[in-house]
Amino acid sequence: MATGTKLFGSSIKRREDPRFITGKGIYTDDVKLPGTTCAAFVRSPHAHARIKSVNVVKTKASPGVVAVFTGRDLANAKVGGLPCGWLLPGIKLPPHPALAVETVRYVGDAVAVVIAESAFAAKDAAEKVEIQYEVLPAVTDGLSAVQQGAPTLHSDAPGNICFTWSIGDKEKTESAFRGATIVKQHLVNQRLIPNAMEPRASLASYEPATGDLTLWVTSQNPHVHRLLMAAFVLGIPEHKMRVIAPDVGGGFGSKIFVYPEEVVVAWASRQLGRPVKWTAERRESYMTDAHGRDHITDAEMGFSKDGKIIGLRVKTHANLGAYLSTFAPLIPTYLYGTLLSGLYAIPAIYCEVVGVFTNTTPVDAYRGAGRPEATYLLERLMDLGARARKTDPAEIRRKNFIPADKFPYQTPVALAYDSGNYGPALDRALSMADYRKLRAEQERLRREGRYLGIGFSTYIEACGPAPSQVAGALGAQAGLWESAHVRVHPTGKVTIYTGSHSHGQGHETTFTQIGADELGIPWEDVELVHGDTAAIPFGMGSYGSRSTAVGGSAIVMSLNKIKEKGRKIAAHLLEAAEGDVVFEDGKYFVRGAPSRAKTFQEVALMAYLAHNMPPGLEPGLEATSFFDPPNFTFPFGTHIAVAEVDPETGQVKIVRYVAVDDVGRVVNPMIVDGMVHGGIAQGVAQALWESGVYDSSGQLLTGTMMDYALPKADQLPFFETDRTETPSPVNPLGVKGAGETGTIASTAAVANAVMDALAPLGVSHIDLPLTPDRIWRAIRDAKKGGRA
Amino acid sequence: MNRAISVTVNGKTHKHEVEPRLLLVHYLRDVLNLTGTHVGCDTSQCGACTIIMNDMAVKCCTVLAVQANGSKILTIEGLAKDGQLHPIQEGFWEEHGLQCGFCTPGMIMQALQMLQRNPKPTDAEIRRGLEGNLCRCTGYHNIVKAIQYAAKKMARK
Repeated sequence: MATGTKLFGSSIKRREDPRFITGKGIYTDDVKLPGTTCAAFVRSPHAHARIKSVNVVKTKASPGVVAVFTGRDLANAKVGGLPCGWLLPGIKLPPHPALAVETVRYVGDAVAVVIAESAFAAKDAAEKVEIQYEVLPAVTDGLSAVQQGAPTLHSDAPGNICFTWSIGDKEKTESAFRGATIVKQHLVNQRLIPNAMEPRASLASYEPATGDLTLWVTSQNPHVHRLLMAAFVLGIPEHKMRVIAPDVGGGFGSKIFVYPEEVVVAWASRQLGRPVKWTAERRESYMTDAHGRDHITDAEMGFSKDGKIIGLRVKTHANLGAYLSTFAPLIPTYLYGTLLSGLYAIPAIYCEVVGVFTNTTPVDAYRGAGRPEATYLLERLMDLGARARKTDPAEIRRKNFIPADKFPYQTPVALAYDSGNYGPALDRALSMADYRKLRAEQERLRREGRYLGIGFSTYIEACGPAPSQVAGALGAQAGLWESAHVRVHPTGKVTIYTGSHSHGQGHETTFTQIGADELGIPWEDVELVHGDTAAIPFGMGSYGSRSTAVGGSAIVMSLNKIKEKGRKIAAHLLEAAEGDVVFEDGKYFVRGAPSRAKTFQEVALMAYLAHNMPPGLEPGLEATSFFDPPNFTFPFGTHIAVAEVDPETGQVKIVRYVAVDDVGRVVNPMIVDGMVHGGIAQGVAQALWESGVYDSSGQLLTGTMMDYALPKADQLPFFETDRTETPSPVNPLGVKGAGETGTIASTAAVANAVMDALAPLGVSHIDLPLTPDRIWRAIRDAKKGGRA
Repeated sequence: MNRAISVTVNGKTHKHEVEPRLLLVHYLRDVLNLTGTHVGCDTSQCGACTIIMNDMAVKCCTVLAVQANGSKILTIEGLAKDGQLHPIQEGFWEEHGLQCGFCTPGMIMQALQMLQRNPKPTDAEIRRGLEGNLCRCTGYHNIVKAIQYAAKKMARK
C-alpha cells in the first residue's frame, strides 16, 4: 500500500505541462505524414429527407480530387454500420451507416466524402456534389416524437421509441405515496453540446506492403475504437490495426464514441493506399459531436409528516437523437435511474425511461452523463420539499442522509454504495459558507429589495461501472476492467503502460506518483505510456471517472507482482529465506539486518543479467494485470452556490461557490481541485447559459460559439473547495472518481440558489437554462398572480 | 494566383508563395510546421490561435497569410528564451493553469499582451482580459492565478 509514502497525496507539478506550455504537444491534427490527402464531408442541410440522387461528376473533375465516395459506395464495399455498445431488453437498433444511403436524419448527417490533395481542394470539390433531397417532416423533441402522427425516423422503431426501461418497485412506490405530502415538478434537463476545445480529428495511414492500418484519432479509448472498428465496421483483423490517441484536447465523453468520420477515413486510406486526414471545423463539432442530457421529466417525491422521503416516482423521455451513438442506451438508464436514491434513504423508488429517436444529433455520454440529470432532479425536489414544509434546505437533506453506519448500503434502484459519511461534508460546506451569516445577509438584502439566494446540492456519483459480469448482465457489450503493464528496465528505470487515456487528467503525473511510491524509486525514473494500441496490452480507456480507481489499481497489481518477483531474486542474492526479506523504500533487506540489502536497481539488473537467479525463475522483470473492480466507487459531497438575481434584468451573478467533495483518497490534490473547478464551471453554465437549441424544422440554432453560450472567465468566481476523505474499499488505492463531481453537483446548486433568491417573488421553478429572459418572465408572471 | 510573402516568425524570416485565401494560422501550422498555435473554432471566438503580430495579440484564424506580409510574429514556440520559460509559462505550470493544454498557447499569448498593457492587473481585470479565450477544462480559476503569478514575477524583474 502507498499509505504514508511521500508522493501519494502531494500536489507535484504536472509532468506533461512543459510540452503544452511551449507549444510542443502533439495533437492528432499536428501529426504530419508525407503524401497525406485531406477529406471533406458533404453533410445534409435538412433534418429529415430522402436522398433522391447524388451526382459527383463535377466533383470528380475538380482540381486535386483523389476520390469521392458516397453511402452507396460504402454499402457496396460491405462497410458495416456503427455499432452500439450497450443493449437493453427490447431495444430497437436501426442501422447507422457511416454515410447515409437512402435517408438523412439530422442536419449534419454525412452523405458523401471528398478526398483531395489539400484541404482547400477537398472543400472546393465538396461544394460541387449535387444532391437532390425530398424533404420530410422532422421532429426534434423527445415528447413530441412519441405523439401519434409524429414523423417516424426508422421503420423498425415504431413511434420513434428505441426502448422503454424501468427500475424500482412500481407498486411499492404507489402505496408509499398514499398519505404522503407530495411535491411534483415537470423538469427539462436541456441538451448540451460538448465543445472540447480540440475539434475531433482522424488520420489514417494504410501500408499496402504490410497490410497494416494506423489510425491517429481524438479518442478517450483507443482500444475500444480499434475493437469496434475492426470487428464490426471495417472487417480488418484486429492485429493489423493500430490506433493511436496522442495528446487529446479534452474529451468530456464526446471522444469515447466511434464516429462516421474516422470509419470513413480509415476505410478510404485502405482503398487509396495513402494517408487520409480529416479535422472537424467547429461548426462540424456542433453538428456531429454527440450531444448530452436532453431529458423531459415528470417527477414526484413523497414526504412523511416528519420530513422523511418515503417515495420517488420519475418518468423521463430521453432524447437519443437520430441514431444510437456508441453508449447512448446506457446514459439515461443505468447511469441515471440507478442514481435516483442520491445519498438519501428512500424506501421506494420507481423510474421509467423512454428512449426516443428524433431528428437531432445523436446524444450520448457527456460530462457526468446521466448523473447530473439524476442529481438535478433530486435536488430540485428536495428544495421544493423544503419549501413546501417550510424547512431549511440543509436540514431536510441531513434528515434524509443514509446514516454512516449503514454502509455498504443497498438502494432500491440496484446500486450498493461502497462507503459514505455524508454529514461531515455538509457540515464543512456550511461552515465554509458561514451559513447562518449568509442567511442573515440574505434577510438584510431582501429588506433593501435585493435578491440573494443560497442553493444546496448534496450529491452522489457512481464511477467506473463494475464488475464486468454485472455490466454484461445489464447490457454492456464490453468488459469494464482496466489493464496495466509495468516493465522494469535493466537499469531499474520503469515504464508503465496503461489502458487508461489522459486527455487533460494528468495521468502522466499521478500514475507515475503511484509507481514511484510503490517501488521506492525516484519519480523521474518512472515513465507512463498511454494511448497506443501497439504498446499497451489492452485498455478500456477513460470515461465515467474510472481512470485512477480502475486503471490505477491495475498498475498497483502489476507493481505488486514485480515486487514479489524482485523479492525472490533478492532472497536468492542475500542467501535468505524469501519470507525474511522485506521491501521498503526501494531496498530489499533481511528482516532485522537492514545492512544485508539489495537495491531495487541491483535486483532489476540481475533479473536481466540472469547470471545468478533462483532456480527455475525466468529472467526479466515485468508484469501485466487486469483489474476488474468488485463495484463502482461512490464519491459524494455538498456544494453551496450563492447567487444574486437582479429582478429588473433577470441577470444572475454567482457571488460565491463552495464545494466540499469526498473522492476517497487523493493522489494529487492540485489535479483533483483543477478538475473540480472545471466541472463546476460546466454545471454553472448548464444552469445559467448553455443550451443546444433546434428550431421546429430541425435546424441547429446554436451551431457556433457565437450562439452557444460557453462560460467565460469574467462570468465565474473563484471556487472555494475542500474535501472530506472516506476511502473506497473496492480498490487497493482507496480512491474514488474525481473527474465529474463538479459537473454533477453544481447545476442543481445554482438552480436552487436562483429559486431561493426568487422565493419572495413567488417563483418556485424555472426550466434550465436560467437566462435573464426566462427569469424576467417568471418574475413578471408571478407578479401577475400566476405561478411560474 | 499565389502571392509572395515574407514573414518574420520567432526571429526568423520566411519567404513563401501562398494562396491568397490561406489563413495565417494554417500558414504557421502547415507551412512552417509551428503546430503549437491551435485552431479551436475557425471563427475567432475561442482564442486558441492567439499569437502576437506586430506587438498586438491577434487571433490568426481570421488573418490571411498575405495580410501578415512584412510583419513580425511571435508564437508560443518563440516565447521561452535560451531554454528559460517565460514567467507566464512558468505561472501556468506552477499554478496548474492547464489540463488538456489545447487552449493554453492562446491563453499564454493573450496574457502576454494583457500584462504588457497592465502589469498589475486585478483578478477582475484578468478575467475581463480573457473574455476572448475559452477553456473547457479549468473553469479559469487557475488560469487567473497563473497570470497573477506571472505578473508578480515580472514585476520583480
